[in-house]
Amino acid sequence: MKLGFLVDLNLCMGCKGCEIACKVENEVPLSSWRLRVKYIDIGTFPDTSRSFTPLRCNHCENAPCERICPVSALHYLDNGIVNIDSSRCIGCAGCMMACPYGAIYMDPESNTADKCTYCAHRIESGMMPACVVACPVEANIFGDVEDEKSHISRYIMEHQGDVQVRKPEKHTNPKHYYVGGGNQTLNPLAHERIEGYGLFNNITHLDTIGDPHHSILDRFTGPIFGHEHLDNKSFIDMDNDDSHESHEEGGH
Amino acid sequence: MDHGTVIEATKAVVTLDVALPGIIWGWMITLNMWAKSIGTGVILVGAFLLYRHKKEDMPNLRWMMPLISFIALNVFLLFTLVDLHQPLRMVNIFLHPHWTSAITVGAWMASLFTGLVTLMLAIGVLDAFPELGRHLGIAKKIREKSSLYEKVFPFVVFLALPVTMYTAIIMAEASARELWAAPAELVQMLFAAFMVGSASLILISEKWSAEARRDLTLILALSVALSFTMYMGEYFFSFKAAEVEATLAYVHSGGSYNTQFWAAMVLGYIIPFFIAMGSLKVENRTMLKFAAVTTFIGLYLAKSTWLEIPQMIPLS
Repeated sequence: MKLGFLVDLNLCMGCKGCEIACKVENEVPLSSWRLRVKYIDIGTFPDTSRSFTPLRCNHCENAPCERICPVSALHYLDNGIVNIDSSRCIGCAGCMMACPYGAIYMDPESNTADKCTYCAHRIESGMMPACVVACPVEANIFGDVEDEKSHISRYIMEHQGDVQVRKPEKHTNPKHYYVGGGNQTLNPLAHERIEGYGLFNNITHLDTIGDPHHSILDRFTGPIFGHEHLDNKSFIDMDNDDSHESHEEGGH
Repeated sequence: MDHGTVIEATKAVVTLDVALPGIIWGWMITLNMWAKSIGTGVILVGAFLLYRHKKEDMPNLRWMMPLISFIALNVFLLFTLVDLHQPLRMVNIFLHPHWTSAITVGAWMASLFTGLVTLMLAIGVLDAFPELGRHLGIAKKIREKSSLYEKVFPFVVFLALPVTMYTAIIMAEASARELWAAPAELVQMLFAAFMVGSASLILISEKWSAEARRDLTLILALSVALSFTMYMGEYFFSFKAAEVEATLAYVHSGGSYNTQFWAAMVLGYIIPFFIAMGSLKVENRTMLKFAAVTTFIGLYLAKSTWLEIPQMIPLS
């Protein structure tokens, strides 16, 4: 069994229902995302179009994050899922540097790496991932890519020639496919990402990786003496505007 | 939004997205690599000098070499630890090692290397200062095993090479950052060790023979020249990978990283090279020490630039 995901970008309408369902199901803290939907505008007025691209862990068959993890916190499950054991993670961020898809984040509450697990806990109970259930247009298709009768396998067969993965040149063999994608939606270098330019939010960078309220000393004392309880408000207060010059990019 | 921004009609634009992580590995990892280069470099350069010259030509080398290495390696280990988000779980690298990870292999090798350097330091210092701890039992035992220094030294030199270079493998395993290509980084790490290794020893070579100092000067000149050549090649002619092109285009367009890179090249490479070349003709110890100091600064800036710039491009 090899579980995989397919997103039909022709169907996705950018409602972000999957993003929210993922947040709720996995209690993903504010400032972090396991799954996000990126809006990309193409063309000039009046000939413009907007595309929506859900982005999550690709559960690569040859996962760079698994290879670089020094303590096997990132590991493969028999069903092909690249899972993470947060209790073992040392927080070196090697996986964040290795993942070509930027799919791993440092959880600000646990100070450990985390990512989409295809809702491994739900799958174990025979349920679908939360994002699949929430999608109103069934743009998220999930199943066993080695079973030729599965929905995902049939979908791939029906859309031959239009099924893509992100960054195939990395030889990571992602088990996450897109139908209806193009260079401009799947290649991050093919679109401008201009600081402060956005519909409802600033397109910017996080100032802090991991818990913004804990000093270096707290990293040592926290596990022994306990952490100050963090609530959502503490993350809302995070200074995350675009004034941090060193984090600005030139819009490649 | 800056309304003055002109967007090409053919370009796609991200209009809604989450905040992305910026610099994940920052100054602590830079300091980690820089200190490791010193810790291994003094051993490699020291070994070369001991091979070429008599011990009497470099009277303080036997204890100063492991001392400098020990201090630098502890700075390296400290910042390796401090940079972890869960530093107390560092022990998991030893309890649950994952051998495909260069982080694991490097941590084991660096720990062993530091242990052996500590042993050399203890023997070297106690031999150099016979009055030190004369009444302590442990000092007596260490002095009795003084010959261990020479027995351990070849292993330490051998180990210094992979300990110097394993960070390049970590960077190669960080497959999201295409700028860090394994062969180039491996060689750059080696040059970096020779640069700051010779720079460190220049600072303690006041009473050494002129021939030994001349060798040090030559190592400094050669290592900065070769490393500079590689940086120029990487900086100007890395055409083949899209992400590397994008990263370098970002730096070429100006900004703080552009300034930092050229400051690094001038301080760490160009100035030391010309001073060293001049000093090979007519020795000037003061200028040579100045060159050593600028090498330290320049290498730090160069490593910082090279570490951070590939983290600036969006991955998704």
